Amino acid sequence: MMSSSSDELLPCGVDAAVYAEHLRVIRGKRVALHDFSVRIARGTVTGLLGPSGCGKTTLIRSIVGTQLVASGTVTVLGHPAGSPPLRRRVGYVTQDPTIYNDLRVIDNVRYFAALYGIHPSAADEAVDGVGLRDHAGAYCANLSGGQRTRVSLACALVCQPDLLVLDEPTVGLDPVLRADLWEQFHALARRGTTLLVSSHVMDEADHCADLLLMREGRLLAHTTPDRLREDTGCTSLEEAFLSIIRHSTAVPAG
Amino acid sequence: MILVVPSAVIALMYFMFHDVPTGPGAQSPFNTACLILLGLFPLFVMFLITSITMQRERASGTLERILTTPLRRMDLLAAYGTAFSIAAAAQAVLACLVSFWVLGFDTKGSPVWVFVIAVINAVLGVGLGLLASAFARTEFQAVQFMPVFIVPQLLLAGIIVPRTLMPEWLRWISNVMPASYALEALQQVSAHPELTDTAIRDIIVVLGFALVALALAAATLRRRTP
Repeated sequence: MMSSSSDELLPCGVDAAVYAEHLRVIRGKRVALHDFSVRIARGTVTGLLGPSGCGKTTLIRSIVGTQLVASGTVTVLGHPAGSPPLRRRVGYVTQDPTIYNDLRVIDNVRYFAALYGIHPSAADEAVDGVGLRDHAGAYCANLSGGQRTRVSLACALVCQPDLLVLDEPTVGLDPVLRADLWEQFHALARRGTTLLVSSHVMDEADHCADLLLMREGRLLAHTTPDRLREDTGCTSLEEAFLSIIRHSTAVPAG
Repeated sequence: MILVVPSAVIALMYFMFHDVPTGPGAQSPFNTACLILLGLFPLFVMFLITSITMQRERASGTLERILTTPLRRMDLLAAYGTAFSIAAAAQAVLACLVSFWVLGFDTKGSPVWVFVIAVINAVLGVGLGLLASAFARTEFQAVQFMPVFIVPQLLLAGIIVPRTLMPEWLRWISNVMPASYALEALQQVSAHPELTDTAIRDIIVVLGFALVALALAAATLRRRTP
């Protein structure tokens, strides 16, 4: 496995937001995650990148606590993943917007606010925060894909989580909307929220401070965009990723 | 729709039976049919609605998302149970009003007990619906649970053939089905002015089934899934 590990560079005493140790997950007959260990620092935007089917969603679900785990542990913000103290502190935005089509935008967000035990007025702020104030009264069935993603995001933001986990939030969105969303993610990170954003578009890696590159259930590299470029000598992050893959498959053959 | 349809169906039946002659000393066919409908409509309507709604939550991923919030599983079930039971109660009120006042449905016992049994049947329907939703992967499958879970129960409960006239093995099966007791309770209320012991026992049995169904449904709500 090439590339330096950011784990070594985490200053002693800095608490990891997420700490996965020898995580092994089996889904159906496939091993989705093989002996996965990683430490994600607090207050950063970490990108989780890899091709479709490499285990990003499985890792995210393990962090959020909805994945049956075969062995290994995941510790989030000092507690075991999925434990009750974490449920108000971890926000989860799923790949497909999990919102209620029959409800209006504002009602969806108010519903999740109620589930988090937060006053409904926080819902208005969250809807404003994602730029849907004009559409607050619209039924979700009538919204475009990008707007539904933003409603889903508002539902997670309403509880002002310490850790926000987003599963491919920008898939299928136009570049303008993508840039907008990343601007929001950076604003959240500046306020102290830890973000874990997964994507299979390598170019989004530039927005992240830290990168986790995955393939076939394994962690290929834990690095930063600049270091990745240096180590592989490629300017395009997509080429850099491909180069790493070629390296890792060539070594056993050689 | 959920409020009006049962009342409309009962009214339709009234007109269907309007000119059918009644045997001497027997209940009019409308009376028998109305009793069954009033008491059992809540059971299958609530079953259908609950199983489909819950299945949609599971399939669309909103259930998984809800389970990542501080909401406890029992709270979720209680919320579903309460919301749907209130809807069922409103439906039962309207259906009872229409039957007793407008269409001349009559029971020897108090109409209040017919209403109570109807609401308890609704709760049973909600519990069974929540349980059945765990086994359906699509709405298409969820809908097909009606013929599997509900129709045999209703047939064996004695709607068409009285239980005493059924073959022994069928009677044994109907003894373990909640609908049999629900129907018996209704028939007791219809035939006796006072609430009989049998009726009380039947009501408790149906309530027991409803609680067991809800408890089993709670077991199918898993936070962690493969």
